[in-house]
Amino acid sequence: MNSDITIAEAPPGIEGQGYFATLLEKTIGLARANSIWPLPFATSCCGIEFMATMASNYDLARFGSERMSFSPRQADLLIVAGTIAKKMGPILKQVYLQMAEPRWVLSVGACASSGGIFDTYSVLQGIDHVIPVDVYVPGCPPRPEQIIDGIMKIQELVKHESLRRRNSPEYKALLSSYGIQ
Amino acid sequence: MSELSIQEKELKNPPVLRNGEDYHSDYMTLNLGPSHPATHGVFQNVLTLDGEIIVDSDQTIGYIHRAFEKIAERRPYYQITPLTDRLNYCSSPINNMGWHMTVEKLIGVDIPKRAQYMRVIIMELARIADHLVCNSVIGVDTGALTGFTYVFQWREKIYDIFEQICGARLTTNIGRIGGLERDFNPEVYRLLKAFLADFPAKFTEFRNLLERNRIFYDRTVGAGPISGERALNYGFTGPNLRATGVDYDVRVANPYSSYQDFDFSIPVGEKGDTYDRFMVRQEEIVESLKIIQQAMDNMPEGKYFADVPEFFLPPKEDVYTKMEALIWHFKIIMGETDVPKGEIYHAVEGGNGELGFYLLSDGGRAPYKLHFRRPCFIFYQAYPEMIRGGMLSDAVVTLSSLNVIAGELDA
Amino acid sequence: MELVTNEYLLERLNSQFGDAIISAELPYNLLTLVIDPSRILDMLKWLHTDEILKFRFLTDICGSHFPDLKDNELCVIYHVQSMENNVRLRLKAFLPISKPEISSVESLYSSANWMERETYDFYGVIFTGHPNLKRILNVDEMDYFPLRKEYPLEDGTRTDKEDQYFGR
Repeated sequence: MNSDITIAEAPPGIEGQGYFATLLEKTIGLARANSIWPLPFATSCCGIEFMATMASNYDLARFGSERMSFSPRQADLLIVAGTIAKKMGPILKQVYLQMAEPRWVLSVGACASSGGIFDTYSVLQGIDHVIPVDVYVPGCPPRPEQIIDGIMKIQELVKHESLRRRNSPEYKALLSSYGIQ
Repeated sequence: MSELSIQEKELKNPPVLRNGEDYHSDYMTLNLGPSHPATHGVFQNVLTLDGEIIVDSDQTIGYIHRAFEKIAERRPYYQITPLTDRLNYCSSPINNMGWHMTVEKLIGVDIPKRAQYMRVIIMELARIADHLVCNSVIGVDTGALTGFTYVFQWREKIYDIFEQICGARLTTNIGRIGGLERDFNPEVYRLLKAFLADFPAKFTEFRNLLERNRIFYDRTVGAGPISGERALNYGFTGPNLRATGVDYDVRVANPYSSYQDFDFSIPVGEKGDTYDRFMVRQEEIVESLKIIQQAMDNMPEGKYFADVPEFFLPPKEDVYTKMEALIWHFKIIMGETDVPKGEIYHAVEGGNGELGFYLLSDGGRAPYKLHFRRPCFIFYQAYPEMIRGGMLSDAVVTLSSLNVIAGELDA
Repeated sequence: MELVTNEYLLERLNSQFGDAIISAELPYNLLTLVIDPSRILDMLKWLHTDEILKFRFLTDICGSHFPDLKDNELCVIYHVQSMENNVRLRLKAFLPISKPEISSVESLYSSANWMERETYDFYGVIFTGHPNLKRILNVDEMDYFPLRKEYPLEDGTRTDKEDQYFGR
């Protein structure tokens, strides 16, 4: 049948009448990837572009992020949009620590990724000095399409993540390099 | 020796409240902290509450201090424009134009009328964008999320216009010292006409959602009031001051960029509470639409830049073919042009009030000192006085109605 | 009612505070006076209460640092304006860096509270009589005044940016 609707690929598994069996990891990955609840940690101009991404023109809710959780305990993805000053660093770290595993971090904008145009005494030159980051979105500010691209890359990461990653020694070593137990 | 509990510590060393009252052990301390959905930006308020009534509030800002003034001492004049973008980033063209006008006043150059009218159109569009964000966010804070989605659709239309003029949506770096970098192309006129034709009806839809809404009215009337005298003493300017009844607008008091040619009125409120601030901004959007219509109708012919070769880059065709243009291009980019010495203060009416630029030039490539008189920084000091005696939910709505933009607060 | 021009303003100020005014200039049509720092509060009070001048709005307070002027390194600049007469005035007070004290005008204008804290934070000017003079924009533990000319813009301890590639 000719139709221009793209249907997502199902993961490999055994299909039958009324059932579909696949690896648990793949199912959980699929479920998690399409229902990421972000925590918008918006500090400055990138925050306004993020608000435009959430609004109706570049709707982020299509990707499963219907509910912007502002409580770290209920969030999966920490979206850091905007400049993080040295005064704000400890607070960002505290918010990250309050999030429950599995958690991902998206750094939106040049300022969050590397300090941006503000190479000064008071600006943290990239949030990866305090928390581990999964995806960086460059731009000043990045267009909403770029932010959505970043979220899609996070979705790829989430879909293919192993269930044992968060307990693995490599991950623990990564966290301890940031001083996080 | 056991650790004292928080209550016991507070009873031993009770905090002194600013209004002189004694601290009561039933008071609760609540941190409306830097990371909070209701504070649109990063600033911290430690509230002392008696039940739900606010007794005192202690503010901490500086969570996004980016040292603009120190950066400006390093950059040549044309490189400071992207820095001014990031002050009040919801209406960045106004900041850019204000900076360009300051430098033009310093070097003493007159801008052609056409460029001035183009600047007015751009500034009023930015003002509309800023007020739309503020008003829709007041709605969001009272729970009305629909207005937000309506309004941001129209901000996308304004972004389309900015993109055609300068290439960027939000932090525009629009214009140059001496005029604008290119003339408006026909697409800009088409988009402007479409905007002016379609927006008023949709804006009326947004108005009908909130202005006479019983719930919104009850939430916002009487929340966070301030009187005219206290507002003036606190240095308020802009819509927050006009909501208290004082009609001071820099566009009328010290007209710049041909604002005296336009016929517009200044909406003024009465009580200075959240509802008045909301309504003043709504009316200002209507007035800005009038100004844009008048500017489009009466757009004079002429050049879009002034004859100031030391600051305005020559066209690329000339740079590649003529020696003089090549030398000017080199000198401007390397920052080796002669800047007069002097000190100057110039103010424009930003989205939040009088945005002032105090520039002290010693003839060098970068300013000796550049100070931004940021309206958000100045009026946010009044916030504890405005919310004292009100309830916690009023504090949240007052904060969003003040339109405190963190970039302008900390600079 | 006579129009308050810059000449009239200067004449009234000279007659009242002639000994406090060190110099007067008119750059870009804004009267700029260099005054004796100890008289700032008196001058602003008089400008506030005078029936004709009516300078009742403090626009801005900022500071500046001139390392070459011995005994006059720090400068505090006040911009006041009279909305009813539509005229502005700039007052500059120079302070020695060894003892940068000037009286606070917070008792007269509440908006001076944070503006003076910002000037203290950036330049180290001590405003006597200020209710809460501590740092406002920088971290509280900072032990130097960053906008003074001897301190660099960048953070010297950063490891990811090589100065040679950034032209420094």
